[in-house]
Amino acid sequence: MRNESRISKLVSRARRSAKRCSADPGPFQALRSVTAPALQRTTPQQRRAALRPGHDSIAKAGHRVTERAMTRGVIAATFILSLVVSTPASAYVAYVSNEKSNTVSVIDTDTWAVTATIKVGQRPRGIEFTRDGRFVLVAVGDDDTIELIDAATHQIVDKLPSGPDPELFVQDQSGKTLYVANENDNTVTIIDLEKRVRTGDVQVGVEPEGMAISPDGKILINTSETTNMAHFIDTATRQIVGNVLVDSRPRFAEFKRDNSELWVSSEIGGTVSVIDPGKREVTGKISFAVPGMRREAIQPVGIAMTADGATAFVALGPANRVAVVDAKTHEVKKYLLVGQRVWHMAFTPDEKYLLVTNGVSNDVSVIDVAAQKVFKTIQVGELPWGITIAPK
Amino acid sequence: MIRAMAAALLLCALGGMARAAEPVEIRIGYLGRAASTPTLSLLDQPAPDDGLAGARLAIEDNNTTGRFLNQRFTLDDIRLKDGDDPAKAAVALADRGTGFIITDLAADDLLQAADAVHDRGVMLLNAGAIDDRLREQDCRGNVLHTAPTRSMLADGLAQYLVWKQWKRWLLVVGSHDEDKAFGDALRRAATRFGAKIVQERVFEDTGGARRTDSGVTLIQRQMPVFTQSAPAYDVLVAADESEVFANYLPYRTWDPRPVAGSAGLKPVSWDAAQDQWGAVQMQNRFMKLNARRMSARDMQAWIAARMIGEAASRGNSAEPKALRAVLHGPDFAIAAFKGQRLSLRDWNGQLRQPILLVDGRMVVSVSPQEGFLHQFSELDTLGVDRPETKCKLK
Repeated sequence: MRNESRISKLVSRARRSAKRCSADPGPFQALRSVTAPALQRTTPQQRRAALRPGHDSIAKAGHRVTERAMTRGVIAATFILSLVVSTPASAYVAYVSNEKSNTVSVIDTDTWAVTATIKVGQRPRGIEFTRDGRFVLVAVGDDDTIELIDAATHQIVDKLPSGPDPELFVQDQSGKTLYVANENDNTVTIIDLEKRVRTGDVQVGVEPEGMAISPDGKILINTSETTNMAHFIDTATRQIVGNVLVDSRPRFAEFKRDNSELWVSSEIGGTVSVIDPGKREVTGKISFAVPGMRREAIQPVGIAMTADGATAFVALGPANRVAVVDAKTHEVKKYLLVGQRVWHMAFTPDEKYLLVTNGVSNDVSVIDVAAQKVFKTIQVGELPWGITIAPK
Repeated sequence: MIRAMAAALLLCALGGMARAAEPVEIRIGYLGRAASTPTLSLLDQPAPDDGLAGARLAIEDNNTTGRFLNQRFTLDDIRLKDGDDPAKAAVALADRGTGFIITDLAADDLLQAADAVHDRGVMLLNAGAIDDRLREQDCRGNVLHTAPTRSMLADGLAQYLVWKQWKRWLLVVGSHDEDKAFGDALRRAATRFGAKIVQERVFEDTGGARRTDSGVTLIQRQMPVFTQSAPAYDVLVAADESEVFANYLPYRTWDPRPVAGSAGLKPVSWDAAQDQWGAVQMQNRFMKLNARRMSARDMQAWIAARMIGEAASRGNSAEPKALRAVLHGPDFAIAAFKGQRLSLRDWNGQLRQPILLVDGRMVVSVSPQEGFLHQFSELDTLGVDRPETKCKLK
């Protein structure tokens, strides 16, 4: 009861401020759903802010509601967890890059706990296990390099000559060649992973970012954020053989395993373009609409698809949601509420769980893939960005 | 004879092939001012190519993209000295085949230039003038605006001050027309967002140099006296676009209070310290090309030239008419390192954009602030909204 009166006070406050902003009298219907997600989640910063006198009462009220929701969440999570624990343990380990902390958090997927925090270079973002599972590669953009973490010892054992400001990268199937997007000089750098030397560059569009390799290994995809294209690069000749225009600020590219489709997310455009890799043209676009959410807040970034090509998950950034998409019909089935500014994601190898990084709320949400439900949140370092998972 | 004809035919064919391989050219004009007014701080003195440098970077970016689409962008600039006719200059650019002109002109000059090329189908992109009237009673169908308005700037600042609970303002307004216009925008913002102006003072410009050898001694005696005996207030808000007094105020007010507006915490469209949302790449590119930091005017011109590039790649065309159709289309949006898509207000051609609040070293905050809601776009909580507009596009 007390809570309800607080919420109604909050809504009327929001109404008053909306009134001040506009002469239009009718946005209140949407207000409830706009404020609702904000109430369900608060960051430590907001919690701290709520403790300061005279500050944002939205954060304060949100804090109380969150605690209640959390208690309920914890009970539910404990219940689910007890079910999970009773099944045979899946021995996986997840590495999460924390962009602000300059660390990598190591998560054990048996206990869903952080078991180690590794200090790395400045501004870690893109992160991947090597194909043999022995090392974790992490792009530390402000140090202009990619560091190799030994997965057994958690020590940084080497650095790769990546070119300036590396962000995302992709390995070929054999794990011998690494392709790196260098945001600062409009190039994709090619690195021999065995010799750990740079073997070439490909000139691409402005601000290269997303990287993907076709299942047959013949085509490398790079997306350029200001040019707004997916560049098709022949991995044998290292020449651009096609360019496909997509919506604004393409950030991530993902092939279906049967090579039938290439998906590219556009952060500012708010869409995922579905491209026919053979014809090299956009054959469909997936749009997202969260009730009460302004168009500007829906910013698709990370994409993950199940191996059977049936279901896809798309991180929607500051919309704080992961969209569940039927990968065959391209229909959005569901939106899962996760943490704030959701970035990237990775499946556990058995595809039972999907872990997503929440940049602003400093945590990782764990999604039960079959149930399509978020069942766990794990606190990590500051501004978690990338994630990679492998068997222990 | 036959040989000659064959040779001529071959030449024609070769010429035709060469033309087909040549990229199509998209000419963009830039119409700016040659001189700038002196500022109080040497650090604020604009570079000679302020604005133009941003357009140049966008041309490079457009050309990197253009390589893949067989498009080439060129920039043709004219800088007006005092007394030069803006209409003539705009016509001269149109004569050179320019379908778009980026302008950094005073309001009246901009209107003259826009009207002079209206019938020739030339579109202007205003990257300099912040006057609300250009988007309201004096709006033009052939002008888009990438510069924010005074009211957008004032609203961006007001939302933050209200969020910060600094709701009692001492407003100090300069004596020039543009100072008064900013004062009006701040007064409107206070009413909209629930701040209270406890008192208003006018700082008369009595003339005098902005540089003197013993300046500080005098200023630190004048400013405390000028701000003495004010009713209780939280923040001094200054409107001084003419660079007469505002930057003298921080640390010199009678009561120890922060300063905002034209000094202290300033609302701007861009700042050299902005590093969120991928902006570092932009700052690095700008620095590499121009060997200096990027100003708000540079960014406004960059966005203008990028909008034309974006329209050219979306429309896959070099025809100004086709590009204008893309720009006016309902889905047009541009990415500009401000964390969200920027779109155009269809009722007056103004670019919606977040407003940065900066202190000269850091970006302190970005408006719209959390909690200021809007039924269409939160960016429309900044500036004059659709139901209030006086613009009737022609």
